[in-house]
Amino acid sequence: MSDQKTPRRDFIKLATMTLGGVGAASLAIPFITSMNPGKDTLALASTEIDLSPLKEGQSLTIIWRGKPVFVKHRTPQEITDAKNTNLKDLIDMEDDADRVQNDKWLIVLGVCTHLGCVPLGQKTSDTKGDYGGWFCPCHGSHYDTSGRIRKGPAPKNLPVPPYVFLNESRIKIG
Amino acid sequence: MSSNDPQGYKKTLNSPYTGLKGWIDSRLPLVRMMEAEYLKFPVPKSLNYFWSFGGIAMFCLIGLILTGIFLGFHYKPSADEAFDSVERIMRDVNYGWLIRYLHANLVSFFFIATFIHIFRALYFGSYKAPRELVYLFGLTMFVLMMGTAFLGYTLPWGQMSYWGATVITNLFSAIPFVGDAILTLLLGDFNVGDSTINRFYVLHWLLAFSIVGLVVFHVITLHMTGSNNPTGSEPQSWDETVSFHPYVTIKDLNATIFFFIILAFVLFYYPNILGHSDNYIRANPMVTPAHIVPEWYFLPFYAILRAIPDKLGGVLAMFGSIAALGLLPWLDTSKVRSCLFRPVWRICVLLFAINFFVLMYMGGKPAEGIYVLISRIGTVYWFLFIFVLAPLVGFLETPRQPLSITNYLKAKKA
Ligand code: HEM
Ligand code: FES
Repeated sequence: MSDQKTPRRDFIKLATMTLGGVGAASLAIPFITSMNPGKDTLALASTEIDLSPLKEGQSLTIIWRGKPVFVKHRTPQEITDAKNTNLKDLIDMEDDADRVQNDKWLIVLGVCTHLGCVPLGQKTSDTKGDYGGWFCPCHGSHYDTSGRIRKGPAPKNLPVPPYVFLNESRIKIG
Repeated sequence: MSSNDPQGYKKTLNSPYTGLKGWIDSRLPLVRMMEAEYLKFPVPKSLNYFWSFGGIAMFCLIGLILTGIFLGFHYKPSADEAFDSVERIMRDVNYGWLIRYLHANLVSFFFIATFIHIFRALYFGSYKAPRELVYLFGLTMFVLMMGTAFLGYTLPWGQMSYWGATVITNLFSAIPFVGDAILTLLLGDFNVGDSTINRFYVLHWLLAFSIVGLVVFHVITLHMTGSNNPTGSEPQSWDETVSFHPYVTIKDLNATIFFFIILAFVLFYYPNILGHSDNYIRANPMVTPAHIVPEWYFLPFYAILRAIPDKLGGVLAMFGSIAALGLLPWLDTSKVRSCLFRPVWRICVLLFAINFFVLMYMGGKPAEGIYVLISRIGTVYWFLFIFVLAPLVGFLETPRQPLSITNYLKAKKA
């Protein structure tokens, strides 16, 4: 075996291994993607709700994409509380005006941004936490009347799902 | 020497046996291997009952697989059917209650055996050279066990199943940037749901069987070095060993029977004592139970998770606590293995064990006030033990001269 042959063989080995690696990686794509939500799951993606039966101070929990969505008819007091919060006091700074389309209606995902529990506060009998919104019993996160995180381990505000007002008393989520 | 065997090396492959046994053995050398590794295999004379827990754990694993297969004949892995199919197993399937209670309680006893087994490794220094790989395969199995148990616990689709799965899978969302995408990929949906239970069922089987595969590696690496023993001294002659069979087989069988009598007591008198009553309520994605607690064997790690006030930090500390144990063979600088001869390290190891139970207790309590504070102290000790005490004590401590196996046994008799 002459000395020159070794680098050439090394090159062939390397090229073969690289090609094999790229091939294996591209073959893995369909398998990994197959684990993501299928078309049927994605198709369930929008829900319509009638708001008219909800009186001031009442809330409704509906299911959207398998997750609870909190629809809350806020009282004037709750609205002022949400509006008058100093942004500097917030963990995840967001103005109430950026979280609602109509001050009376707060629509947020009812999924704690810590580890995914459903916070308490929908029923009138529920504890609503130190800030009058929701309280997550799992590890103690407190949300205010705008669904913003105020205290506890959760890092983010309750997210606002995409929705539109179809008319005065009807919304479509998703 | 035949012509197609010029070096004569094949001769060494010939079986020492004759007849059918020899016929099989020269084609599949299993008989020879079993004889060498399980019948005649030399084991230090000085082993105590701590050394029985590996065998006990293996019996638990076998029991889990057998009961698991029979459960699988009746279980239906879908969000609509799972809960009812488990209730059917409990009420209508012949002896279904027995098979399910066995499966659920064997898990707890598997963890008890494994915790004792790991403590043995720490106390007698079995993790030290040349047994590092034995120890690492063991830790890997422990991680897989936790994975398998977590996946299995979601299967009955009760409230604890559902919310436990939600909280634990959400740990992945702590990963920066790609966390949510990974979470959706794992669940196959935007929340724990039908696709999730389906794949968790498959993975529950897969992980369980990969533990069996790792047992093989655990044992191969162990048989390269042989067992450690209470003295930490290697046997110096055949006189300091006994053959695996009948000495160890009988002793381990004795311990196993005793262990399974305790299991039987729990199984028949308190089958639900180690479980949570909320898991007899069907999963409800709209309502979280007021107190979510994981299974008891996860509590120490859950306490570490909650001790850290930051989401990502908590997750890292929890996984890191187990990964860090894997570094112990290299961080412990002492030349002496066994705690019997290491007065200072012995106290550190015992404190580590006590700390484990303290964390376990804290993990079951609400995450507030004094509980969080104690969890934090416990978490600090966990990492201090591995990263500071192991190197430092090994360096500063003056160990006693380890006894040989013979002298240890003499001293014990006296
Ligand atoms: C390392 C071994 C294993 C561990 C740690 C484990 C753990 C668990 C746990 C914690 C549960 C929930 C128990 C309950 O409260 O009902 C469970 C359920 C189940 N496991 Fe396993 N398992 C193991 C092996 C297996 C194997 C090998 C199979 C199948 C071949 C299996 C099949 C099942 C089935 C069908 C269920 C659902 C029925 C039920 O909830 O009782 N398991 N497992
Ligand atoms: S999941 Fe809500 S506080 Fe942890």
